[in-house]
Amino acid sequence: MAEKVLMKGNEAIAEAAILAGCRHYFGYPITPQTEIAAYMAKRMPKIGGTFLQAESEVAAINMVYGVAATGKRVMTSSSSPGISLKSEGLSYLAGCDLPAFVVNVERGGPGLGGIQPSQSDYFQATRGGGHGDYHMIVLAPASVQEMASLTIKGFDLADKYRITSMILADGTMGQMMEPVELSEVKTPDYDKSWAVTGTKMQREHNIINSLTLVPDELEKQNFARYEKYKIIEENEPMCEKFMTEDADIIVAAFGIAARVAKNAIVEARKQDIKVGMIRPITLWPFPKKDFFEAAKTAKHFISVELSMGQLIEDVELAIRCTRPVTLCNRVGGMIPSPAEVLDAIKKANEGGDK
Amino acid sequence: MKETKRITLFCGHYGSGKTNLAVNYAKKLKQEGKSVVIADLDIVNPYFRTKDSEQELKDLGIGLICSPYANSNLDIPALPASMYRTVEDKSTYAVIDVGGDDSGAVALGRLSEKIREENNFQMFFVANFFRPLTRAAKEAYNILLEIEKASGLPFTAIANNSNLGNETTAEDIMKSDEKARELSALCGLPVIMTSAVESLCEELDGCQGEIFPLTLQKKYYDFNA
Repeated sequence: MAEKVLMKGNEAIAEAAILAGCRHYFGYPITPQTEIAAYMAKRMPKIGGTFLQAESEVAAINMVYGVAATGKRVMTSSSSPGISLKSEGLSYLAGCDLPAFVVNVERGGPGLGGIQPSQSDYFQATRGGGHGDYHMIVLAPASVQEMASLTIKGFDLADKYRITSMILADGTMGQMMEPVELSEVKTPDYDKSWAVTGTKMQREHNIINSLTLVPDELEKQNFARYEKYKIIEENEPMCEKFMTEDADIIVAAFGIAARVAKNAIVEARKQDIKVGMIRPITLWPFPKKDFFEAAKTAKHFISVELSMGQLIEDVELAIRCTRPVTLCNRVGGMIPSPAEVLDAIKKANEGGDK
Repeated sequence: MKETKRITLFCGHYGSGKTNLAVNYAKKLKQEGKSVVIADLDIVNPYFRTKDSEQELKDLGIGLICSPYANSNLDIPALPASMYRTVEDKSTYAVIDVGGDDSGAVALGRLSEKIREENNFQMFFVANFFRPLTRAAKEAYNILLEIEKASGLPFTAIANNSNLGNETTAEDIMKSDEKARELSALCGLPVIMTSAVESLCEELDGCQGEIFPLTLQKKYYDFNA
């Protein structure tokens, strides 16, 4: 067992990425994720890696695109406004089916917004973000340990499916400090025969390009990509279930909201309210089946989120609107308190709010 | 810590626990009946600051000097003009909480000349040997030297604040004592205190310096089921 260290969420992502074999980081500083870049700036030169502070977010994501095309593990990180700037690049990465790893440590929006935590980029992350039909795998950690483990998982999924995976965390997750155990990572061998690494005159050229001149060719690519997405939706959804077995009320929450909700659920249980939580760990693919199954016995759902009602839409879709779903939210950098969540649980228990 | 200097500075690696230690230290001085101000000169970290303890400090009668933009959405490294009170008002004890690493210590440049002139200060290097980039005494020593260079002030002692957050055990702290000794040998400064949450203090054995008990702020996201 490795020794424990006390890390910030952002630092845990950076160190885990290094353990996962990432030696190329391109970024541009923005609060509240700057520690990722700062950590990489200190560590990368010591291990023969590349840390580069690009002139802009747009430049950084295109550098990621370049390294990804060679099949090497590469990442960038930013916070909400910076991810918007990178969205064009995310679409190009998808159009080329390139594996890449991206981190969004969200802050309040829209616009420049604020620097305090938020989850309001949920739609942007789970629906693709940039233009065109595509998805990214979106992972939502709820502890500093998960910031590390999901980073390693993110790199693996990216390579396995030739897709971009994104960590979607809020500012608190990035800034909070908790003990973490990091151990050596064994990376499986992934097929990289598609990579642009020089033919050595021994094979045909590999071409990485998102421009397709013939419409039916482009259509075929889109269909094929969505076949791949089907496999991901079948194999990769992850969630944590907390006290759900006999629950009449199910709270849906991820990241920091899930931690707050857990405290509220424990309190509600003391008051004999049968409530539990499904915490999606993958936001795309969404753990639809788990919610659908839960709706067979649960009577009411509550979506606890740091946004104006984004997660709630996936919950309603997953349970096919068979049960009422109420929203318990704070936004703009504010976080719901355990007491606020408890209130929402009590209301649901009394059959109120819908 | 027999005689307390008028100015106490807490500097160290990013995330070593300076703010917590500074707040607790200011409370201790206040309990001794001294007039105390605490100054938050952190220009690096816009999250988790001295201002989080604002109400508690106010209730205790401890003055708080911090950027008017602390805990707001304005993310700029602004310092308040009132920070000069720490060096001008010699009737009051000043506890200064400095931002992490050399980049945080730069903020002291504005005060260092006056602090040296008055020569009634102590500057503690806050060390947490469970932090990833200061796990070895040698690494901590390099950061210590960088901070001295950036701040223009010499450290006078080491404060061993090694911890693993909520999971810290007395054994963890005692294990860190060896590294504190190593650091002490490298820089030639004494370990003036070993700090720990109150509940662990009794179990500590063989640690250097005074055992300094800490009360920690409970955070809304801690899960205590």
